[in-house]
Amino acid sequence: MLAAIGVGSVQELFDRQVPAGVRLGRALQLPDGMGEQDVYAHLRELAARNTSAEDELSFLGAGMYDHYVPALIDMLMERSEFLTPYTPYQPEISQGGLQVMFEYQTAICELTGLPVSNASVYEGPSALAAAGYLAKLHNGRGRLVVSAGLHPHAIETLRTYAHGYGMSVVEVPLADGVTDVDAWTDAIDADTSAAMFAQPNFYGAVEDAGALSAAAKGAGGADSPPVIVASVDPITLGVLEPPGECGVDVAVGEGQPLGNRLDFGGPSFGLFAAREEYLRRMPGRIAGETVDVDGRRGFVLTLQTREQHIRREKATSNICTSQALNALGGVVYLAWLGRRGIVELGELLLARTHYARERLTALDGVHAMHSQPVIREFAVRLDVDVAAVKSRCARGGVNPGVDIHALSGREEDRGGMLIAITEQRTRADIDRLADVVGAAVAAERQAVAA
Amino acid sequence: MAEASYPDELLYHPEHDWARIDPAQPGEATLGITWYAQDALGEVVFFEAPPVGLTLSKDEPYAEVESVKAVSDVVAPLSGEIVAVNEALADDPQAINEDPYGEGWLVRIALSDPAERDALLDAQAYSATLGG
Repeated sequence: MLAAIGVGSVQELFDRQVPAGVRLGRALQLPDGMGEQDVYAHLRELAARNTSAEDELSFLGAGMYDHYVPALIDMLMERSEFLTPYTPYQPEISQGGLQVMFEYQTAICELTGLPVSNASVYEGPSALAAAGYLAKLHNGRGRLVVSAGLHPHAIETLRTYAHGYGMSVVEVPLADGVTDVDAWTDAIDADTSAAMFAQPNFYGAVEDAGALSAAAKGAGGADSPPVIVASVDPITLGVLEPPGECGVDVAVGEGQPLGNRLDFGGPSFGLFAAREEYLRRMPGRIAGETVDVDGRRGFVLTLQTREQHIRREKATSNICTSQALNALGGVVYLAWLGRRGIVELGELLLARTHYARERLTALDGVHAMHSQPVIREFAVRLDVDVAAVKSRCARGGVNPGVDIHALSGREEDRGGMLIAITEQRTRADIDRLADVVGAAVAAERQAVAA
Repeated sequence: MAEASYPDELLYHPEHDWARIDPAQPGEATLGITWYAQDALGEVVFFEAPPVGLTLSKDEPYAEVESVKAVSDVVAPLSGEIVAVNEALADDPQAINEDPYGEGWLVRIALSDPAERDALLDAQAYSATLGG
């Protein structure tokens, strides 16, 4: 190849093609290679530094949750037909995968109360960012108004994407744990492309979704209202009103709680559902049901209007193989729970979360961060340093929750701790949490006073 | 329309677009895509109609047609401002396949430079570009 292009060596090729100013001019500072056995020992040592949610009593959440994953899901996900295939461009050899997508979409539509779902996107935050771009394609406006109740990481992801597609992001503060409706309405102007909030929000509070949607639709004074986007937690939708029934146009969310383990933060999948008028603006793809030449039921990729295989260099979405396997875990989980199961699970989470909040806020030095209803997670404020309390709790084998300020960086979150409840945390576990946190806070107060 | 056809009364752009200029109204043109274009695209499933009032520049894309195979730009054969779009295509995009020179018209424009028509091809010259 070098001879064909008239260059004597690889070095000469680089010398001629890469400007001197961007070349390092020395060897990369990499450690020496290691033998396979040494690498194994090294990795084992690194892995041993992790603490599994099964090795401690964990109340971590803040976007990823330690729900039980039935063995059924692993069994189906590990089938090679699902584990290894690429995008099902050829329906004649991809019926299983396509049917899974179709069933998944159907389940997400039922959960969200919206008529259209795609076959999933990468994860929750990028789903929110993709909703921002959908809004821009829809109305061409330049501002995204977002509630501070959205996950800070999702807002950060949205800001990164929005910079790329030339939009600004305006954050609306909370009042007593939920989006301040007056500030929300004031922030929406005629150039507002979308108005976005989370349900439940990052601080665990259940928002008045209908009121937020209605306020956003009446605000701004443009000829059409902004696109209303809600980031939802699918596990709560057996109990909370579906977004489609409270004025939401686009529902997005993190799919991990549905049948996917924590897995060090990913991969998971993102859900993306919308009203029909946004169908052609959606990222990713949609599988559809049809009949073959003999009239038998079959499935095909129906719509992928923004994807690169149909739009070539002008594609604005590239979610092909995507998270189909993780979404499979999601739909199997929903089928396993069933219509009644998801309601029962939601009710159980609701009851235990309220119980936990009562127990925790009854402790000296622990206060509710807001007075709103909660469903699967709640925020408390400690009188003492959160990191110090967490470290004391860890000695008792309990991880009491997420240090909110450490995650969000917001000054108003200092002292805040976010505590997540799943069906794996029993009332006895919650009692133990209360005992351990109570003792840790008391000990820390003494230490500070001394 | 199953058979290839390139009506003599139309003007053609090498990017497979046609323009119809009615002698009674030489300041306006109706635009569409040719039989060859719709045949290459296959079944058209969507026409993204541009807004009335949009300014078109000759040789630049002004709209998109989507078929089951691909999304393609529609290139303006002439410059001007859109005065009407074919609203019926929203519900019946397949008219572009079935009747590309009639019901499948895309937009009507007021020409900003009528002399540009001299650069377009007649049916015979356009057919010749298709290589028989």
